[in-house]
Amino acid sequence: MDKGAAELQTRELTINMGPQHPATHGVLRLVLDLDGETVVKCTPYIGYLHRGVEKLAENRTYLSALPLTDRLDYISAMANNQGYCLAVERLFGVEAPERAKYIRTMVAEMSRISSHILWLGTHALDIGAMTVFLYAFREREWLLDLFEMLCGARLTTSYARIGGVRNDVSQEFIDSLYRFTGEFPRRIEEYETLIDQNRIWLKRTKGIGVIEADEAVNWGLSGPTLRGSGVSYDVRKHAPYDAYDKVEFDVPIGKRGDVYDRYRCRMEEMRQSNRIIRQCIEKLPVGPVMAPDAPKISLPPKDNVLKTMESMIHHFVLITKGPMAAPDGEIYSCTEVPKGELGFYFVSDGSGRPYRMRVRAPSFVHASVIPRLCEGSLVADVIANIGTVDIVLGECDR
Amino acid sequence: MSLFEMVVTPGSVDTLFYIGSMLLRIVIIFGVIMLHVAYASYFERKTIGHMQVRMGPMVVGPRGLLQPIADGIKLFFKEDIIPAESDKPVFYIAPIISLFAALSSLAVVPLFNGFVIANINIGLLFILAMSSLGSYGIIMAGWSSNSKYSFLGGLRSSAQVISYEIAMGLSLVGVMMLAGSLNLTEIVKAQERYPLNMFLIPQIVGCFVFVIAAIAETNRAPFDLPEAESELVAGYFVEYSGMRFGLFFVAEYMAMIIMASVGIVCFLGGWNPPLSILEIPYVPFAWFFIKLYILIFIYFWVRATLPRYRYDHLMSLGWKVLIPLALANIVITAIVKVLL
Repeated sequence: MDKGAAELQTRELTINMGPQHPATHGVLRLVLDLDGETVVKCTPYIGYLHRGVEKLAENRTYLSALPLTDRLDYISAMANNQGYCLAVERLFGVEAPERAKYIRTMVAEMSRISSHILWLGTHALDIGAMTVFLYAFREREWLLDLFEMLCGARLTTSYARIGGVRNDVSQEFIDSLYRFTGEFPRRIEEYETLIDQNRIWLKRTKGIGVIEADEAVNWGLSGPTLRGSGVSYDVRKHAPYDAYDKVEFDVPIGKRGDVYDRYRCRMEEMRQSNRIIRQCIEKLPVGPVMAPDAPKISLPPKDNVLKTMESMIHHFVLITKGPMAAPDGEIYSCTEVPKGELGFYFVSDGSGRPYRMRVRAPSFVHASVIPRLCEGSLVADVIANIGTVDIVLGECDR
Repeated sequence: MSLFEMVVTPGSVDTLFYIGSMLLRIVIIFGVIMLHVAYASYFERKTIGHMQVRMGPMVVGPRGLLQPIADGIKLFFKEDIIPAESDKPVFYIAPIISLFAALSSLAVVPLFNGFVIANINIGLLFILAMSSLGSYGIIMAGWSSNSKYSFLGGLRSSAQVISYEIAMGLSLVGVMMLAGSLNLTEIVKAQERYPLNMFLIPQIVGCFVFVIAAIAETNRAPFDLPEAESELVAGYFVEYSGMRFGLFFVAEYMAMIIMASVGIVCFLGGWNPPLSILEIPYVPFAWFFIKLYILIFIYFWVRATLPRYRYDHLMSLGWKVLIPLALANIVITAIVKVLL
């Protein structure tokens, strides 16, 4: 080698993708070492959205820590509320009444659809199919309007309560939701006609970001990201909570564990969620929406506070002192949120506040697998891989 | 006699008339095309908007009709930001090269019979040459910005334009063989002997290759890798702002119109109507523009429908599908021409 060539040493190009980047879904930052267009090394940096949710919860009562969970995975606040309430209910030993269980199942599935729709839209947008994004938002808008009708908020719902839900559903809401479930399967077909038979889409997704079943389990993946690899694990099926044991649904699984299979899984999951919502509406039992022993934990209805002495006292004590003391001990409870398995781990020291709240966030686990999926692939596939693991940084950084 | 002498010498009114008419043509074409560029962006936003169940621009003017003007004014008054670490002369000149290359191609495009600024006999080659020159603007912009994202965008663009230039050039060879000329006016006239007054049917493969290569050549979706928004943010012009960005924007739309015009002239029969009964009297350029709008609409339609190609897929499509197709087309055209 002559001297000139020796001086011309090539080295990898390091580019910084994020935290402000249109395709990193929030504030994920990846440092990519590129050899041409090939990713040699990918290092995710997280923490740009850290708000100390777990620490904040230690200084709040069980009741007032609930709104913090809205801001974990802010796309599916309903499911987070449900997961939190189930964990606290288990700690306190209360159980929500049947009607509340069905309503919670219903709204959790609504949030699953709205989360998957957003995922579909942004994932397709990242791969360059711009139209799917706007079609997807049309349906998401409908769901958010329904949330607004139900609890007044579109994103940060805080709808579930320890021992039930905040308020009963109105007939108008049920009717509109039923219309949605009738219409939605057709809309899914519409998305599929746009991308599912598209050769470019298939080329961009098939065989990209492959992760085998055993490896996926070892990485701790959960939700559709795991099921795409062919592992049939769904908390809703394997440890049913709320009304999931009373409704029929299938758990779609993939085969190859590539971007395309995960995409198929989520599309099928939306159909199943639609089915669950329909069943919930049809089977919705009558009755109260708060557990009878819940007043010592959750705020009583405002109407009663103004009319009955007992409710007023409960209200006063709950606001000033917090809920009745939780029993000593620790508890772990997990639910299947749209992104995967969301776990809440509580250590209680017998006071009205959690001694420690730990959130097992699926996005945090999924963010760790991004380098495994990206290294050796092309820059364009990094975008597909970020999309396919479906992370939300609010949940990842907490 | 120099041009100056010609102009000042009494009696050479013909020369003056010639220069005057040329200037008039330049002004007309420039004005018409600039207006088209401005309203192509409006047309694009409206088309894609309606395809995506939304309205598109609606606020500025009735149904948003003044939006392109407002955008232009905004770009003019924006602060001109130049990155401190950039290679400044190259940074300045890059958008100008892009726009210049796109604009000068206009000189040889005949809008209707006899209406062309420069009726040169190598018109088609001139357009191919100018469109390759345009990629210099992109590469220089990517290089001089001194940003890794624009650098990658510039590299992608150079690879893409070189690959698709070949496919596009080869796809036009069939047309050259049938027409026996590189002059665009002659090419249009040669098509009058064919069905529908166009080369579309005998050159269907060439047309197919040309349309795909033209989309890639102008960096439009689904081949918009150099400016892949989700990966490279905006690609080669990520560091450009204000009117310098505007120049790239104008150049892109201009290139789109040029490519559509070449397609019309070479495959769709130029200003001739497909059937003589459809002839629109007194408006000789009507069919040219009708065809132009249809082609541009197809550009937008494709953008609203298709996802983006990946870099290596794009290369394999160009080299393994389009170039062999174009070569086969040349061979078949040659055989048919010799036999008939």
